[in-house]
This record gives sequence, structure tokens and C-alpha cells, in this order.
Amino acid sequence: MNIHEHQAKALLKEYGAPVASGVAIFSADEAEAAAKSLPGPLYVVKSQIHAGGRGKGKFKELGPDAKGGVRLAKSIDDVVAFSKEMLGNTLVTKQTGEHGKQVNRLYIEDGADIARELYCSLLVDRATSKVSFVVSTEGGMDIEAVAEHTPEKIITVAIDPVAGVTADDVAKINAAYELEGAAAEDGKALFPILYKAFTEKDMSLLEVNPLIVMTNGRLRVLDAKVSFDNNAAFRHEELKPLRDLSEEDAKEIEASKYDLAYVALDGNIGCMVNGAGLAMSTMDIIKLYGAEPANFLDVGGGASKEKVTAAFKIITADPAVKGILVNIFGGIMRCDVIAEGVIAAVKEVGLEVPLVVRLEGTRVKEGKEILDQSGLNVISADDLDDAAQKIVKAVQG
Amino acid sequence: MSILVNKDTKVLVQGLTGKTGTFHTEQALAYFGTKMVGGTHPKKGGEVWSSGVDGTELPIFTSVAEGKDKTGANASVIYVPPAGAAAAIEEAIDAEIELIVCITEGVPVMDMVRVKAKLEKSKSRLIGPNCPGVLTPEECKIGIMPGSIFSKGSVGIVSRSGTLTYEAVFQTTNEGLGQTTAVGIGGDPVKGTEFIDMLEMFLADEATKSIIMIGEIGGSAEEEAAQFLIDEAKKGRKKPMAGFIAGRTAPPGRTMGHAGAVISGGKGGAEEKIQAMEAAGIKVSASPARIGATLAEVLKS
Repeated sequence: MNIHEHQAKALLKEYGAPVASGVAIFSADEAEAAAKSLPGPLYVVKSQIHAGGRGKGKFKELGPDAKGGVRLAKSIDDVVAFSKEMLGNTLVTKQTGEHGKQVNRLYIEDGADIARELYCSLLVDRATSKVSFVVSTEGGMDIEAVAEHTPEKIITVAIDPVAGVTADDVAKINAAYELEGAAAEDGKALFPILYKAFTEKDMSLLEVNPLIVMTNGRLRVLDAKVSFDNNAAFRHEELKPLRDLSEEDAKEIEASKYDLAYVALDGNIGCMVNGAGLAMSTMDIIKLYGAEPANFLDVGGGASKEKVTAAFKIITADPAVKGILVNIFGGIMRCDVIAEGVIAAVKEVGLEVPLVVRLEGTRVKEGKEILDQSGLNVISADDLDDAAQKIVKAVQG
Repeated sequence: MSILVNKDTKVLVQGLTGKTGTFHTEQALAYFGTKMVGGTHPKKGGEVWSSGVDGTELPIFTSVAEGKDKTGANASVIYVPPAGAAAAIEEAIDAEIELIVCITEGVPVMDMVRVKAKLEKSKSRLIGPNCPGVLTPEECKIGIMPGSIFSKGSVGIVSRSGTLTYEAVFQTTNEGLGQTTAVGIGGDPVKGTEFIDMLEMFLADEATKSIIMIGEIGGSAEEEAAQFLIDEAKKGRKKPMAGFIAGRTAPPGRTMGHAGAVISGGKGGAEEKIQAMEAAGIKVSASPARIGATLAEVLKS
């Protein structure tokens, strides 16, 4: 789960991290009061969407010459004017895709005098199986570009899960940033705080870009991006209200209700598969034969008839879908159960596009018989190659 | 020969009394009499579990340590729900169980960071979590793989994906090659065992004449495995290999079902993995339907 910048900062503030004062607003009417509650005279008006690159992003409705999704305001009037211009419009950044994202909330924040911009993130490093700090003096820019062009400017500090952030770790990070005096003192407090927040809240990513050294020599978290490990959601009831459904795909929200792993894609062949690896491979093979998948969908190992029906409804509800490929390798899951689920689903939601079904594994003969005898227009396939060729042909004619 | 498990492996079930544990224990007992020796439950110690299929009875112990003590178990399989899975692994590590196989999907990654640190200082090997298990044909089945598609043979299979393991097993059975052992190492970002350890075992196993390695997007375990194979080949250790990588068409930044299957920060894409594997001499199949056929072609050439 991802959350907005203002939520991430509120969370970090609870842990004692230095963040600026700020107010989240949902309508332009709130802009003036929000700005007046801040010290001024400098304000920052920041679009709150779940995507990066906001500063350089452009609003679809405002034309190419208008300012971006993060704006510096030098008066309360500016804050109000910017809020009116930004709220409700569609911000296109390099991370949103060309459709962009509607800006439904803004964060009005106290301005800061920046001396240096640094990069700091925490993540679980798969190579070491430890939480690592990824630090760079090249803050405020695209870290992927830094990694590609000047990898020597990125330093990784792995944290021992038993010892936590040690004085030695802090010294390494401070040295990497070339921090001195008050900033280095702030670092001693901040880095353990970030680690504590990361581990206690089961984050999968905590990115502070930039972390700034202000002209007064102090550190401040200027931007914050947080993602949480969905597997740990069961022990974080307190985080549930932070979920913003308007940021998620409607089909993905529906799928999550049934515990289906679903990712919406841009193609026109809907897929229903058991197992994540096989589901990805099914997408790949559709592409291999010259078409595009409309989705990733893993119904899981123990899918019930109800789950299969729900999955079918989600796939058929997508107007882009011009054909459906069901690919099941029944291990523990029986093919006859799948066949019955597919038939029940088709009877309930109808079927207006070609359907190719490939069944293999446990009770495959019974499963195929059930489909053959159903009277439904199901195209049967022998293996995944055969299935992919048949659905691509059916869709492309 | 085989790796990890054989007819002498004695298996304790952590989470035997639940629906999943019961079903898969029945299946394991039915698979060439896999030596399932008991189960554990903190409150049901002293009770007896019985199979709904043939009435086979297994003792329930209060702890893994007690179960190991009384049965001589050297392996455990975990069907405990995600919230308790890490504690179950830790209990098995403390009891010095040699091989721990965690089937559970959805274990929080921070729990696995903690487990991994403990594991590294222990005598235990962990397979998983979020994996289908380990199977040596006609000898021992730990986990949820369907026994019916296996045949005894010469191919070692290691995979990050469950259903793609089944594809590879089924296809090598159809090619008449059969398997020595199939290992699903799991789809999580932090897991007990990576490709390299399994490849090392397959290279050392005399019965294993060829190897299939199935990876997917996310992380760099495939690249590290490829480098390992290159280094071993220089020492004269090499076996014919075929492979497959899932997720060529996956969009960056999206987690594809498995918690570990995500291209992040421009890293973990399929093409780099395929290139690395090809460079290590693995023939990578473009189609998941042709993994077995690809290996057969490698063996003929």
C-alpha cells in the first residue's frame, strides 16, 4: 500500500523526524486558512498523488506553459490562486503514464531555505536480507539516473536486524553525506528514527528525496514517500485509514476484495491463471504470439467456484477485453472444479467474447468433459502454446 | 540419488491440525509412504491426528523439540498462517531441525529479515516461505506439489514459482527424462534458500544429469546464480541446463502476485536475467510450454 506525502510526513513526525509544518487541503476554499496557519512568508503548494516526478509534471488542462505539480508561493494570495488552478486537474508525470492522475488534495507546507539536497531511502535489500540505507549526496534528482550515470555516488549501509542502527552506521551515513556540526548531530537522531519507523510500521520503502540541509545548518525531511508491506497489513489496523481508494484501479480494488492478485494492463486479452509465475508466463506468451494481455490475474492455488466467478466478472467488465484465456495447471486444485467454476461464471455473467481454456493436471479428463458437455462456446487447448495461438487468432481474426 | 529429501527423511508437520496441514499430510502419506512422523500444536500435545483417507494416525507434540526428540524427525513442514509462520520457523531452528520447509504465503518481510539473521547462525536449512515444497520422486513429498506428474529420472528442477515448477516437472516427465528432485524455493524477496545453494547440490548429485532453473522478475538471484555457474564451469563442474524467466511483459513498479516479483528502480527485469543465464550456458526457452523440449534439445546436441 502506498500513502500520500502528507501522510508519510505526519507518520515520521510522530517518530520525531524533523518535518516542516503543513496542512492538507481537499478544496480551494481551505487554502487561505491553511496558509494563514503557517509561519510564511514562503509556502510550497504540493500536489498529492501516488506518483513521483510531480515538480516537473504538467497539468493536462493547463497547457505546457503552466507551472508544475509542486509550486513555490510567495504570498497567501499565490497559495489560493495555485490551489484553484491545481485542484481537480490532471497531473501527468513520467511515473503516471500519459493518462495522468487527478489531483484531489494538496499539501500546503512552510517553505525552507535550502543549502544542500541529499537522497536517503530505506528498503529491504534482497542481496543481504537486511534493511539498508541507500544514501547519496545527489538529492532532489531522479535516483535511477544517478545510479546509471554515477553509481559511485550511491552508498549502501546495511543494518544488522539484532543490533539496529549503531553509532558506526550513523557515522558512515554522516560521512557519506559529508555532514558536519548541527547537521551531523541531527543525523544521529534522524537515521535511527527513520529505521524505527520503517521496521515498526512494516514499510517496504521509505524514501526521503530530498533530505535537506537548511541554510541554518539543520536537517529536514523535505519530501517523503512510503510504501507498506501488504503481507503485514494484518498487524497494522492503524494504517488502514491512510489508504486512498481514488488512487487505485477500480478493477484492482474489486479483485482485492476476493483476495485475487490482479494487475490491470493495456491489452485486450483477459487472463485467468493459477499461480503467479504461470500468470506472468501467460502474459508473456500472449505477447510472444503478437497480442497484448489485458491483465495479470492469479486466482491462487485453492480457488473456489465463487472466486473463479468473481475473477470472471472482473475480466468481462473490462470493455477493452476482446477475448479470454483461462490457463490452469491443477496441482492440488482439481480441473473439474475449475471447469464447473468457469461454467457457473459464464452462466451468471454471460460471454460475448471468445474463450480459450487450457486445463492440465489433476482430473484434467473430467474437467475437459465438463466443458465439452456444457454446450458453451469454449475453445479447448492442449498446452500453453496452443492456447495462446488460439486466443490470439480468435481476437485478431 | 537426490537432493535434500529421500526415503529416509522423517517429517514433522507444524500446523498439522489445520485444514491445509491435514489435507497435504494425507497426500504426502499417500505418496510412496513419505515418512510423516507427527505434528505439533502448543495446546494439543498428546492428542492423535488421524487421516481422513485411511485412518493413519500421527502423534501431536507440544513443541518441535519434543517431536524431534521422540520421533527422530530431521525435517519439518510449516502450514501455519502468516502471522505465526516466522515464529514457527524460529522454533524449528531452535530445535535444530535440518530441513525446514515453509509453505505459508504472506509472511511479512520484516519477519523474514529477523528469521534470516537467526538462520545464518544455525545448522538448519530453510526452503521458502511462499513455496510449493520439495519432492523426490517415489521417495518423499514435502509440501503441496502434485505427486502424479512426477517420474523418477535425471533432471534436477529449481524454481521460484510453484505452477511453473509443475510445468517443468510435467514436461520432463512427458519427455521421458524424469526428475531427481524438484525444489520450489519460493516467491518472496527474503527467503531461506536461493538458487545457488540448490545448483551446488544438483551439480554435486551424481544422479542429476541435467538441471532446469526457473526464475522470474525481481531481485538479482538469477544473475548471481549465472555467475556461480560460470565460476563452477571454470573448475570443470558443469551440467546441461535449460531455463525460463517469467515476467517479460510485466510493467515496472507493479508486484506481480509474488511479493518478490517486482521490477523496482529499473532493476530486476526479465531481459537482463535471460542474458545472464544464456551467458552461463543455460538454454532459456522463450515459451513456458517448451521448457522440457528445450532441455531435451540441449541433451541431444
